[in-house]
Amino acid sequence: MTKEKILEVRDLAITFKTSAGSVRAVRGVDLDLFKGETLAIVGESGSGKSVTTKAIMGILSNNGTIESGTILYTYEDKSEKVTKNLLDLSKKQMRKTINGKHIAMIFQDPMTSLDPTMSVGNQIIEGMRTHYNTKKKEAQEKAIELLRLVGITDPEARMKNYPHQLSGGMRQRIVIAIALACDPDVLICDEPTTALDVTIQAKILELIHDIQVKTGISVIYITHDLGVVAKVADYVNVMYAGKIVEKATVNEIFYEPKHPYTWGLLLAMPDLETNPDKLVSIPGNPPNMAHEMEGDPFYPRNPYALHIDKKKEPPLIKVSETHAAATWLLSEKGPEYSLPIELQQRIERMREEDRVYGTE
Amino acid sequence: MKKYVLKRVLMSVVTLMVIVLVLFTLMQLLPGSPFNDERLSIEQQQVLMTKYGLNDPIPVQFFRYVKNMLTGDFGKSYTISKDTDVSLLLQNRLPISLLLGGISIALGSVVGLFLGIAAALKHNSLLDSAATFLSVVGVSIPSYVFALGLSYYFGFQLGWFPMLYSVSDGLLAFALPAVALSMTVMATVARFTRTEMIEVLSSDYIQLVESKGVSGGHLIFKHALRNASISIITILGPLVVSLMTGSLVVEKIFSIPGIGQLMVQAIQSNDYNVILALAFVYSALYIFVMLGVDIMYGVLDPRIRLAKEDSNG
Amino acid sequence: MDKTLDHPINPIDDFTFIGADNISQIDEVYEEDSFWKQLVKRVMKNKGSIFGFISITLIIFMALIGPMISGYEFDEQVAGHESMAPRIPILENFGIFDGTETLKTSTGELEVNKYEVIEGGEEVYHWFGTDVLGRDLFTRTWEGTRISLYIALVAVVVDVLIGMTYGMVSGYYGGRIDNIMQRSVEVLNGIPNLVVVTLLIIILKPGLMSITLAIAITGWIGMSRVARASMLKLKESEYVLAARTMGAKDLTIMYKEILPNIFSQLLIMSMFSIPNAIFTEAFLAFVGIGIPVPMASLGSLISENFKSLTTHFYMIVPPVVVLALLMLSFNLLADGLRDALDPTMKEV
Ligand SMILES: Nc1ncnc2c1ncn2[C@@H]1O[C@H](COP(=O)(O)OP(=O)(O)OP(=O)(O)O)[C@@H](O)[C@H]1O
Ligand SMILES: [Mg+2]
Repeated sequence: MTKEKILEVRDLAITFKTSAGSVRAVRGVDLDLFKGETLAIVGESGSGKSVTTKAIMGILSNNGTIESGTILYTYEDKSEKVTKNLLDLSKKQMRKTINGKHIAMIFQDPMTSLDPTMSVGNQIIEGMRTHYNTKKKEAQEKAIELLRLVGITDPEARMKNYPHQLSGGMRQRIVIAIALACDPDVLICDEPTTALDVTIQAKILELIHDIQVKTGISVIYITHDLGVVAKVADYVNVMYAGKIVEKATVNEIFYEPKHPYTWGLLLAMPDLETNPDKLVSIPGNPPNMAHEMEGDPFYPRNPYALHIDKKKEPPLIKVSETHAAATWLLSEKGPEYSLPIELQQRIERMREEDRVYGTE
Repeated sequence: MKKYVLKRVLMSVVTLMVIVLVLFTLMQLLPGSPFNDERLSIEQQQVLMTKYGLNDPIPVQFFRYVKNMLTGDFGKSYTISKDTDVSLLLQNRLPISLLLGGISIALGSVVGLFLGIAAALKHNSLLDSAATFLSVVGVSIPSYVFALGLSYYFGFQLGWFPMLYSVSDGLLAFALPAVALSMTVMATVARFTRTEMIEVLSSDYIQLVESKGVSGGHLIFKHALRNASISIITILGPLVVSLMTGSLVVEKIFSIPGIGQLMVQAIQSNDYNVILALAFVYSALYIFVMLGVDIMYGVLDPRIRLAKEDSNG
Repeated sequence: MDKTLDHPINPIDDFTFIGADNISQIDEVYEEDSFWKQLVKRVMKNKGSIFGFISITLIIFMALIGPMISGYEFDEQVAGHESMAPRIPILENFGIFDGTETLKTSTGELEVNKYEVIEGGEEVYHWFGTDVLGRDLFTRTWEGTRISLYIALVAVVVDVLIGMTYGMVSGYYGGRIDNIMQRSVEVLNGIPNLVVVTLLIIILKPGLMSITLAIAITGWIGMSRVARASMLKLKESEYVLAARTMGAKDLTIMYKEILPNIFSQLLIMSMFSIPNAIFTEAFLAFVGIGIPVPMASLGSLISENFKSLTTHFYMIVPPVVVLALLMLSFNLLADGLRDALDPTMKEV
């Protein structure tokens, strides 16, 4: 089965100028998103997930510059396939032709992502009105439809509400409605549930999944929670210090993780069996990106670090058609190693569950 | 909102009453009451005191004073224009000062807003640095320094504008003083607008608006400026105060017959009734503006406008 | 992606585990400079604040020695030396500051040099000229600057003693006390400063004491707001709660635990209040209720010399320039401090 590639990011590098010097937030990232699928980007805080997606949306803050890379986006224009490098477009062209219309985004914190001075109804119809000059009446009807779609009761009344009158979960639904207003092909969700409490998290996740089933939209889903990844993703990219360190299908990530950082993430994921006291978080802190680094940025925190990690950053090494990881452990010269015991046990348990519940 | 407005109005009234009380107390303390005249005998003084109600209990006097103030009866001027009603003096002068102040605020705000927005949009550019520098200079240098400079250069050296006020010049007479006064307004507004706009422009909700594909004027005015304006209007209060202070000096420099000049004359010639009257007028004006600002604040911010009546707003 | 290895690697050494024990788990250790060192470092990056700092230092220096080196007393009226234009040694040879001034008369412009007219004028130098009474303006300008600097000091002291304490107490105790204190500030703030200050000065006698008092009454409100806001933010923080459970007294908590943490905001705030205070003094002087003659302040000099604006323009220049420079410098320095310490802080 050949899948239709809708978004292809190559060698994206982004630097921010700050008073403390320049911060290399993203250092050569490749991403591939296929039609109707979900790509999850996982990584700790500060690893450059948001920056990557903001670059795709063309909403990087002024102090950021794109050092290199291409972002190829393929869409249908009058039933003809068009591929464009989004980085070649001016801000104005981006807004006019891509933002909202083709690629839409949901932000992390619903409490701050709605304009407090505009009614939610107007915020939803704004996109339609700018892109398609939709009549106000018509746009409002569609907005009400959307509110229904995202599971808001009494949508007519909600249209007139202001953000402060709504709860966090409601606001995130509104943001989703805003994102869907112009029927985009790609939806970028930047940790859409982190700021919400657990029960609402699950509902929002479900909602995004339902929408994907209904509309066939492609989704980039950012999270630092592998539990969420298991629920939503087809593909997973693990990001560390501005680079993708492992990319794989969701099954490969969970059953055959290759990168020690991914192991750490898996071990930090709570599950029923593990004693919460024994939850191991990855020791240490992510590197300061304002400092020039030598070697693999992960090595100071990596119990599996090799001597070469100090000197040379590992390239992505392919394991299968869909799986690659940036660790010298995979090199032909790499030493023998085995996964941490706890992880082996955990993977065993997951396989067991799968057999029982038959999710695969 | 109703409750919010009510609360503000109440606060304004209380403030005004406190001011009247202070003024009233000062009245009692001040030297040179009109009846301290050597030529009057004790009995004559007594008669006068009774006539003016100065023997009534203090609260009665106070309420009469409040009533007088509110109805614009400020007593008579002692020295500036002997035995003229102070209200008469004010009548002619207040409109001139209000006009001058109005022009300065309008001019300064428009230019300041424009500069501030431009600087924020082109954050870290040359334009931004220039606007920032200009506003630091404008904020730091008192308006009368500008007034002196303008008066000397454009009025005296070049002779383009009148150096001194005269009715026959019409609005032209206001050109230099208004520019001088508006410098502070402009600088403050520009500075504040820039900071607010930069903050708003980097907010999450602006990013969401951008990611909807909205840009240009719609983004700047409907979203960014609208949100920024909620805090921008709060500087109106301090600005009005600085305008009042500035106008005292600027009216003196350009000899504009407004209340500022009157205040300076009154201070210099110890015309207490005039000083107290002006103190009342200035305070009332300021309180009124502050009330307006607070209400506008409520109107602009739906969080206050739509606040539940029973909650603390 | 980088697949070529640009330096030969030794497979035996490189592809072996370092071992968890050999990896320094310590994250990069950053050199922690002391508060002051960091402050100086960051402020130094800001050109505006360097300019401000240097010019304030220069002005203070001149205010200290200026009146001593001119050879004139600030209230000394030299007969015959009235209204003389600036004359500075050396510079006079280049045709500037040589004591000549252009007078506009009804018959046209007239160039005069009073130094050539008066007896022994050859030896006389008034670097900034003299006023209409024959007093040396150089001496008077720096003498006046002293007053402005004194006012700056008053402003800081008032900020710290009244504003900071008021705000901290109000924020710390909260509840009823806070409510009452804040309503009072609101009322006080509802009266324009102009009114407070003028009323105060007319009941007291004009003079340095009254001006000080006027600034004391009006100058601290901004500071109290900042102090209160910071206090509200900090008092629920863990370390304060910890100190409280340990039984620390309120005063100890306020001054030992909280004050050091809001110090930078308070520093910035007091810097911002200096120009306001200097301006208030200058304003009062200009309106005619400043310090009494023959003492000089920048404001009173401007006011005196304003009368000669069109005849002897040079007279008003030195006090105006020093005043403007002083206010600008304090503002720039405050700006720089804010950017360095707390970029998110807003002026009130
Ligand atoms: N405007 C900016 N200026 C300077 N540095 C920035 C800016 N935006 C992001 N960065 C830096 O880029 C790095 C990556 O940030 P990013 O927001 O992408 O992290 P993230 O992976 O999304 O983390 P989180 O999980 O917290 O959202 C961080 O080190 C951050 O400090
Ligand atoms: Mg993020």
